[in-house]
Amino acid sequence: MAEAIRITTPLTDDVVKKLRAGDSVFITGIIYTGRDAAHKRMVDLLDKGEPLPVDIAGHLIYYVGPSPARPGKPIGSAGPTTSGRMNAYAPRLLAIGSKGMIGKGEMNAKVAEALQSNCGVYLVSVGGAAALIAKSIKASEIVAWPELGAEAIAKLTVVDFPAVVAQDCHGGNIYQEGIARYGIK
Amino acid sequence: MREIAAPIISEQVARLCIDANYYLGADVLSALEEALAKEESPTGRAILEQIIENAGIAREGEFPMCQDTGFAVFFVELGQEVVVTGQTLEEAITEGVRKGYGEGYLRKSIVSDPLQRVNTKDNTPPVIWIETKPGRELKITIAPKGGGSENMSEVAMLTPSDGAEGIKNFVVDKVRRAGSNPCPPIVVGVGIGGTFEKVAWLAKKSLLRPVGDRNPDPFYAAMELELLERVNKLGIGPQGLGGRTTALDVHVEVFPCHIASLPAAVNIQCHAARHKSVVI
Repeated sequence: MAEAIRITTPLTDDVVKKLRAGDSVFITGIIYTGRDAAHKRMVDLLDKGEPLPVDIAGHLIYYVGPSPARPGKPIGSAGPTTSGRMNAYAPRLLAIGSKGMIGKGEMNAKVAEALQSNCGVYLVSVGGAAALIAKSIKASEIVAWPELGAEAIAKLTVVDFPAVVAQDCHGGNIYQEGIARYGIK
Repeated sequence: MREIAAPIISEQVARLCIDANYYLGADVLSALEEALAKEESPTGRAILEQIIENAGIAREGEFPMCQDTGFAVFFVELGQEVVVTGQTLEEAITEGVRKGYGEGYLRKSIVSDPLQRVNTKDNTPPVIWIETKPGRELKITIAPKGGGSENMSEVAMLTPSDGAEGIKNFVVDKVRRAGSNPCPPIVVGVGIGGTFEKVAWLAKKSLLRPVGDRNPDPFYAAMELELLERVNKLGIGPQGLGGRTTALDVHVEVFPCHIASLPAAVNIQCHAARHKSVVI
């Protein structure tokens, strides 16, 4: 793979626009975790016109439910979960300024549209490479809904978190390109 | 009769839960190495390298290889001469899950009710399948099952006229539709025959076989290899980012069925194909 691009959160539109499907990136800065249960709660709050418990403007949401940390470690294993389950929620968060998501697996056409209209990026890390990914997470602090356990929203401090651009703000989609290149009829 | 005290079983089960999640089996590792040597996609190769490196980090650091440490699914072979004392066998296994998932820092991924969704906080209850066997031994196998790949599984009630071709098309189409979601490279578990519930059980049980192991019946062994080839032509590749390695293996298990029926099931297993056994 080509040399990885280093990006720092919060992300600006200029940075997002430079990212193309297939690019390898290393992410440094703050990322917020959220998966099924937290997304349902966030969208319920938006429906009621209430603020979210964290300001996600410019930030990436990482679809992850980590395993428990051993004493002295910031986090347990922390690989991505399947993003498709968040298809219904992602456009809502992009619309209020989130710059994208980190997960695994293709997201649907509505999300692709929302990435284009809101200048967002969908990144993937390797599902199941959870112990390796955890090495790039230097701190983790639960910032909302601790009662959700592994599904609570955590603020992660990451250094060189490894990811690949899967769906970009220009309509690029590595999944479709990959199958077109490697599929055999 | 041979008595086995429930706490002995719980202790062994706790160990199984932890070991299965920390130590990826040699069968899977060698299949990943083989795939790495053959993979044409540079991104695919980079992903396979990360998966192999991850297994090493998990083993050495005693971390779960994946944060999704799964639904604890057990296949038990209970010798007819064994008597479990103190608790039922199911209770003893459940206690072992509670202990193993707690002490091993494994994720608690089970909610007590499918719609009200409150976490049970100890990863119980497990799913337990018990078969009786002759003898005085108790064999317990755990296969912790992640949610992402389990979600991509399916049962189809085909008709006898659909035949082998219908089964194969169903399996390949299921893998195609699952795409990038179940964390490829996957292991595809296929059940054929039996009834609606039996066929799903067969597909699940086929995943206990080591990667690379063939069905002893040459007819089904050939079907496994044909399916593997067809699945790997889909181009989905590691993590769905394109490549030759969509599946590491396909396992087929069969059972007699009704004259009117041809049930088929696909149970997809992610590359963290975890299974560990103990004989007590």
